[in-house]
Amino acid sequence: MNNVVILPILIPLLTGIILIFFNKYIKVQRWISFCSTLITVLVAGYLVQTVFTDGIQTLQLGSWKAPFGIVLVADMLAAILVLTASIIVFTCLIYSFRNIGKARESYYYYAAVQFLTVGVLGAFLTGDIFNLFVFFEVMLMSSYVLIVIGGTKIQLRESIKYILVNVISSALFVIAVAYLYAVTGTVNIADLSAKISEIGQPGITTVISILFLIVFGLKGAIFPLFFWLPGSYHAPPIPITALFGALLTKVGVYAIIRTFTIIFYHDTGFTHTLIGILAGFTILVGVIGAVAHWDVKKIIIYNILTAVGVILIGVATLTPTSLAGSIYYLVHDMMIKAALFLLVGAMVVITGTSNLRKMGGLITHHPYLGWMFFIAAISLAGIPPFSGFIGKLLIVQGGLQAEHYVLVGAILLSSLLVLYSVMRIFINGFWGEAKLKKEEEKGTTNGLLFPITLLVAISVTLGIGAEWFYPYIDQAAKGLADPTIYIQAVLKE
Amino acid sequence: MKTNDLILQTVTKITVFIIFAYSLTLFFAGHNSPGGGFVGGLITSAGIVLLLLAFDLKTITTILPFDFKKVAALGLLFAAGTGIGSFLFGVPFLTHSFGHFDLPIFGETELATAVLFDTGVYLVVVGVTMTIIQTIGEDDD
Repeated sequence: MNNVVILPILIPLLTGIILIFFNKYIKVQRWISFCSTLITVLVAGYLVQTVFTDGIQTLQLGSWKAPFGIVLVADMLAAILVLTASIIVFTCLIYSFRNIGKARESYYYYAAVQFLTVGVLGAFLTGDIFNLFVFFEVMLMSSYVLIVIGGTKIQLRESIKYILVNVISSALFVIAVAYLYAVTGTVNIADLSAKISEIGQPGITTVISILFLIVFGLKGAIFPLFFWLPGSYHAPPIPITALFGALLTKVGVYAIIRTFTIIFYHDTGFTHTLIGILAGFTILVGVIGAVAHWDVKKIIIYNILTAVGVILIGVATLTPTSLAGSIYYLVHDMMIKAALFLLVGAMVVITGTSNLRKMGGLITHHPYLGWMFFIAAISLAGIPPFSGFIGKLLIVQGGLQAEHYVLVGAILLSSLLVLYSVMRIFINGFWGEAKLKKEEEKGTTNGLLFPITLLVAISVTLGIGAEWFYPYIDQAAKGLADPTIYIQAVLKE
Repeated sequence: MKTNDLILQTVTKITVFIIFAYSLTLFFAGHNSPGGGFVGGLITSAGIVLLLLAFDLKTITTILPFDFKKVAALGLLFAAGTGIGSFLFGVPFLTHSFGHFDLPIFGETELATAVLFDTGVYLVVVGVTMTIIQTIGEDDD
């Protein structure tokens, strides 16, 4: 019994409720949400440290024993992701103070962000597949609000597509859970894993696993199911896009990692090969889109796809090395995607356009912004001292051990094209003749730089201080490589 | 054209109390027979909707001067609060308890903290339903 496990869910929930009462007092809302997200970050940090020293923490809600009640499980992977997600929410929140505008702020923006946090952190912490569905819905409902808040024409159009796709995928999720329940008679993840390894994953469970791959692939935007993402993520204002890009697709990826390492790992010849192929195509689509577009937001959005592909290749390989790489790359990518979206947002604030052809020479007046973008860009591509390198290195190493040469080649080639796509923003946006004089700029970057600096600094520390973080990542990867650790922690007598 | 709603309004004034009483019965019966916070809340809202149909929006907002968004938030606070109570007693989140009490009129009654959670559900359902209906109803002016 450890009630700390529920705190990362409970604090944002209470904050969201309280913020509903104060929707007209913007200052009060800002202070409440600032303090509560800061507390969430601290609690998440404490949780990571507790899991590191004392092993997997579980909380049986309502004192009902594990397979019968809902259980919250904070293993290392979940704890790390909770910490990462809460840091991202914290920085995006500070960015929104300057960027989101009074009209949206007085219309329950902060409450929606808090409920989104509840959904994301809950999805990471739950140990029950139906509860995972519920937290997915909490997350998606808040994201519907956030994507449409403000009610501009493009937001209305894209939110309809977004909601349609997600309603369909949620219905498929319910159907998949129903099939799985009919076969195994349980919805607790640890119990599911035990039951499925008893019957040795026959054909029907492999079919169900593919259904889950389709569901989580729709949420996490993998190859044939990514079509909704570029439009939907382009519509809302930048802090919201940053939250979406850093958190939402990663929850889908986390769900794929969870289900395919703990529940469905007996028929890897079929399921994991399929994941590998899809991941390869996801990378391909991502780099093609990133190279093709001249819109700074779109370039970063397509880079989300590439990252999802790279992470899933680590899962498809399923060796301890590649799993560690996947986890490292997941954490790195959440941080750096949020940072890049916020950086691109600052560029849009200054120039008043997201078209790269209309920008230029920003570095003459904004050197600090420029060099931070440079660091974030090479970190994204995976240049050695920075954080993107270690994750990709481990995935490539694991891929070579398992002799997946094509996939490894795809990762390496994609790094080059990712570097090209973000460097194009740097060269066209920051270098060259300054197109705008200081007085002609559309907005200031006051207050926008602090959250960006925070994210870039954390990401640089992740790369340089890899030695400090590796024990945590290693513990998480060990937990994934050996499901019995998870099962014993949950179903212990 | 001026319409005369005398029959509708008179019938509404009587039936609305029956509907409210029925919704409360369903709400409290939830533990041992079909019913509970969700359906209770829906039927309460149905009663208010009947009032809205018979009278106009302005009259109803003077009779029931609640901000229904805040009613929903209050309900959430109830539900989350029953969970937080568990922190005080050092048991896992949402652990519910019950006891037998000797009340003046009802005699020996079983009271459970799950009812408080259900009160939260009830308030959220009423709040959300009424917010949706009132927002759409107010929309054209």
